[in-house]
Amino acid sequence: MEDKEFQKKIRKAERTAYKAILFSFLSSILLIILVYNPTLSIFQSKSEIPTYTDVLEDEDKIENGIHLRTGLLDADGLMTVVNNCTNCHSAKLVTQNRMSAESWNTTIKWMQETQNLWDLGDNQEIIVNYLVNNYPPEKKGRRTTLTNIDWYVLQN
Amino acid sequence: MERRTFVKKAVLSSFAAIIGSEIVFGSKLPNGYKPIALQEPDPFKMFRKNKGMVILNDKPWNIEAQAHLLDDKITPNSSMFIRNNGKTPEEINIKTWTLTIDGESVKTKKTYTLADLKSKFKQHTYQLTLECGGNGRSEYTPAAKGNQWTVGAVHCASWTGVRLRDVLEDAGIKSDAKYIGFHAADTHLSGDPTKEPISRGCPMRKALQDETLLAFKMNGEDIPLIHGYPLRLVAGGWPASVSGKWLNRISIRDKEHDGTKMTGTAYRVPCNTVAPGEKVKDEDMCIIEGMPVKSIITYPKTGATIKDGKTLNIRGHAWAGELEVSNMAYSIDFGSTWTSCSVEKPVNRLAWQHFSAAIQFPKKGYYEVWAKATDTNNFSQPMVIPGWNPKGYLNNACHRIAIKVV
Repeated sequence: MEDKEFQKKIRKAERTAYKAILFSFLSSILLIILVYNPTLSIFQSKSEIPTYTDVLEDEDKIENGIHLRTGLLDADGLMTVVNNCTNCHSAKLVTQNRMSAESWNTTIKWMQETQNLWDLGDNQEIIVNYLVNNYPPEKKGRRTTLTNIDWYVLQN
Repeated sequence: MERRTFVKKAVLSSFAAIIGSEIVFGSKLPNGYKPIALQEPDPFKMFRKNKGMVILNDKPWNIEAQAHLLDDKITPNSSMFIRNNGKTPEEINIKTWTLTIDGESVKTKKTYTLADLKSKFKQHTYQLTLECGGNGRSEYTPAAKGNQWTVGAVHCASWTGVRLRDVLEDAGIKSDAKYIGFHAADTHLSGDPTKEPISRGCPMRKALQDETLLAFKMNGEDIPLIHGYPLRLVAGGWPASVSGKWLNRISIRDKEHDGTKMTGTAYRVPCNTVAPGEKVKDEDMCIIEGMPVKSIITYPKTGATIKDGKTLNIRGHAWAGELEVSNMAYSIDFGSTWTSCSVEKPVNRLAWQHFSAAIQFPKKGYYEVWAKATDTNNFSQPMVIPGWNPKGYLNNACHRIAIKVV
């Protein structure tokens, strides 16, 4: 009899121990999650990321004569340039290059031969005109004057 | 007992799963490139770059340093320029990453895991100067197409890896070997999977140098993804485009490598000098090898104003492609007179060298400090822009900073 009673108690103790183990297991998982992912973002589905629709309306917004999305100047041919010249590379690669019409035509030919650029048809003239009118070549000579110097007092 | 083991395993595996997802998430950082409407992630945070770096292009990424950001003797990641030709690879699994040595002139085609490379070959660490072939392009007239680098497309970091020579010799080099060409995991901007963004290389004599590394560490840590993780070829002193990133294959060629950006006008200059703007046929263009002698003043930042009578301490770095800098001089009178100043020996071959000087100005006024390095073959930096070339490479004109004495 005493043995049975004892075994009962043992079983009860065992159950309590399992509960304790389970509890500590769950709480350690929670702790680990909180440590590595305090914002609990791993439980958020991707659909909770703000949708694009609002921004899409502004995609071709122009402010102070600048096409915001690309930084290109607003002038005749802007959207032709945006649609043909900013798919593969950034507009920054276009605007930092100030070339003549001849050089642009050579560059377009090179992009068609090696970079999978499509035939631009009548748009080529529109694009090249936009570029040479808005980003004309600069004559720098053999060495330019140092410009845009941000003067400061050197403490030493 | 069984249950205890189970609990232990469960905790461990969930631990691993959570940490694992954290690691996986980290390695997918470049997924941030994907155009989520207008909200580009902050590239300075994404690449851990100094806010003073200048973005020339964001597709593909091309970012340059400013002279004063390059003041460290060993360039930290935060000031290292980024020059990319294609899209950064997105999925990198270092456990399955391999490097294959093949080509017409390999004795046995062999494939190595990263673990093979690290365990099988002796590791070496060198400080190596890498300068973009087009550094300084912005100063050429007529303008050359491409990213308009000013002075910041150069760095000298500490690279750790195995010698390319050891790996090539392990696979076996046939006697007719002429060149190596690399292939990598980056993808073409147009999305065309048959095109490689860049696949350059170097002649065997460069490939077999002690300092030419297959590197897996930069400044003692894993190479940052944007700089070529997990494996980069590093060939100091040559146009940085030879130092291919994200390498997965090297071909030992029996001829000059003909991969993307090896042919045509890419990384080539006219074999004979030409007048500015002159047309040059492709067959008259020669591949750039060692970069020319050059230097940069990294302290103080341009635009310093100092009190009359004060001494101005300047410092910077000088390098000379395959050679060494033997003399360093500065001028405060637009090149009329030059004063030699001290320049340290390189830590190892192909590392940049550090110079410094203490300058006294004769009276108040506007000054420019110009720096001029001379290499062991007695070639110096020109004061004006050097020979024009169609792609605007190799501008090694003297660096200048503006100073006012008041």
